[in-house]
Amino acid sequence: MSVIKRVVIEPVTRVEGHGKVTILLDEAGKVVQARLHVVEFRGFERFVQGRLFWEIPVLVQRLCGICPVSHHLAAAKAMDIIVGGEKLTPTAEKLRRLMHYGQMYQSHALHFFHLASPDLLFGFDADPAIRNVIGVAAKYPELAVQAVMMRKYGQEIIKATAGKKIHGTGAIPGGVNKNLSLAERDVLLKDVDQNMAWANSAVKIAREYTTAHLKELLPFGSFDSNHLSLVRADGAMDLYHGNLRAVDAQGKTIFDQIDYQKYVDLIAEDVRDWSYMKFPFIKKLGPESGWYRVGPLARMNTADFIDTPAAEAARKEFRAVTGGKPNNVTMAYHWARMIELLHSMEKIQTLLHDKDLQGSDLVVKGQRREEGVGLIEAPRGTLFHHYRVDKNDQVVMANLIVSTTHNNEPMNRAVTKVAQDHLSGVEITEGLLNRIEVAIRAYDPCLSCATHALGQMALEVSVVDPEGKVLDQKSRG
Amino acid sequence: MSFPGSHILVYGYGNPGRGDDGLGPAFVEALELLGATDLDCESDYQLAIEDAASLAKYDVVVFVDADAKGPAPFWFDRVQPSRELSFSSHSASPGQVVGLAREMFGAQVKAYALGIRGYHFGELSESLSEQARSNLALALTFAQRAVREQQFDEYTRQFGIDSGRGCACDPQPEA
Repeated sequence: MSVIKRVVIEPVTRVEGHGKVTILLDEAGKVVQARLHVVEFRGFERFVQGRLFWEIPVLVQRLCGICPVSHHLAAAKAMDIIVGGEKLTPTAEKLRRLMHYGQMYQSHALHFFHLASPDLLFGFDADPAIRNVIGVAAKYPELAVQAVMMRKYGQEIIKATAGKKIHGTGAIPGGVNKNLSLAERDVLLKDVDQNMAWANSAVKIAREYTTAHLKELLPFGSFDSNHLSLVRADGAMDLYHGNLRAVDAQGKTIFDQIDYQKYVDLIAEDVRDWSYMKFPFIKKLGPESGWYRVGPLARMNTADFIDTPAAEAARKEFRAVTGGKPNNVTMAYHWARMIELLHSMEKIQTLLHDKDLQGSDLVVKGQRREEGVGLIEAPRGTLFHHYRVDKNDQVVMANLIVSTTHNNEPMNRAVTKVAQDHLSGVEITEGLLNRIEVAIRAYDPCLSCATHALGQMALEVSVVDPEGKVLDQKSRG
Repeated sequence: MSFPGSHILVYGYGNPGRGDDGLGPAFVEALELLGATDLDCESDYQLAIEDAASLAKYDVVVFVDADAKGPAPFWFDRVQPSRELSFSSHSASPGQVVGLAREMFGAQVKAYALGIRGYHFGELSESLSEQARSNLALALTFAQRAVREQQFDEYTRQFGIDSGRGCACDPQPEA
């Protein structure tokens, strides 16, 4: 029987919440498997039991301080089904879309410029003391200020459409509770051209970095996978609404245009004894080969086209790198993310000139139902919200599959690949640690909706033997 | 040092859906209900990099957060600009935000942190624990006095986290 040694890295910096990486070695020191342990958010189902369904779009924002808008909108879409109001008025749908594109824009800008760009600008082996947002601000001040202002612009859109930053109430079952006033619109219009220019330059930065480093990036944490997302009926990428499509690593369709109300017929969740987080897979392919990626990379691979001109031109360049086939390079997530950022900005610009945003027809209702599913393409990937309510309007069941859960298996595979390529012996070198972080960060995971109380932040790296004895330890932060 | 006529921002942050983690937003909400007019209030789930732009226009900023380990009922201390890597930079520490404000916007803001001791974190709960509520009330009384007198540096000597006693002596109640 071979001895399994464990190398533990805990937690991972610059991703949300708390993650721990365990690298399993055989007695020859070869990497057998890497496991990303995630302290997944739990207890939500109990939390919402008995709550009135129309409270849910506000309550779910408390799940996460990072992507409250995505939870808000996914829950609202599920509740649209409950009230029979899924065919929103033009004003309601466009308001929600504007809110969502604002969220995508600020989230992608934050991730690329402040989480990922230090790796790209300074290199994977740069000293962590400078390979961070402060280092970017010191060496590339204009870029750092630009990133802050992009993030701020997206947040202003959210505030204008959701009503406020914490516990926004903009989306309600069957519609929205406010329109966008002319004054609010005019404030946002002032900066739209500047942000469009920044979005275009962001795509250029990501494209040039990726193509210039392609030889290094191609094998980095990369592997073939299936890809899943919503797409519009005509095959266009749609971040707010659509039907489910999945393709394999070669681009072959696994399923297409499936109404997401029936997602339970398509997707199942595997459980493993070492992880709290489940492992979703496509039922008909089984857990071994049915796992898939979601998020910006997957969306570039599933969609036939993007319906905004600049982003579509960028998508064509992206797809050309792999000869039109799906791109399975983990680090290509960053380029894909910036294409979506540009697409979001194009949508924002168009919507701000749409008079429907000042409409007064805000809510529709129809036949009351007892079950509803809401899906949205959140910044990190497809987000599932599923609820059942009783005749007293109280929630009796809730099930959420968040983007990071969909990407659970891919993140484990990415870390395994990096560990296999870069671990030598049992020592966690700075280079290995950096690369593991870089690979995980490409997925922009939200590892946990952790509290942020003072004094709880730290980075600790440990090497432990099979009995749990710590052999080596490093800390950061 | 006093700051007569200073432009002050009070920024409470935390997740109100995670028990005592919501102390920061609860503090700001209570301060606004008290009708504080001589300062600006802001609250969010967490600090983020764009806050560097927002606070750059202020003379003084007081960050208010729940503290899981510090002295009860609260402590008050100076925040120094930080260049250090944090655990998670989707959210930022007060020092990082101040550091970014200085680095990117040339801000000269003086920053302080008010840490209110909390006890129950992580669980989904929309309410503060009884003890946290009590600490919040004392912190509010302190804040009203602090804003009125603006002797911020003196308060850090009295209530600093390293003073060994935090706020062992209750602040004077409002007249």
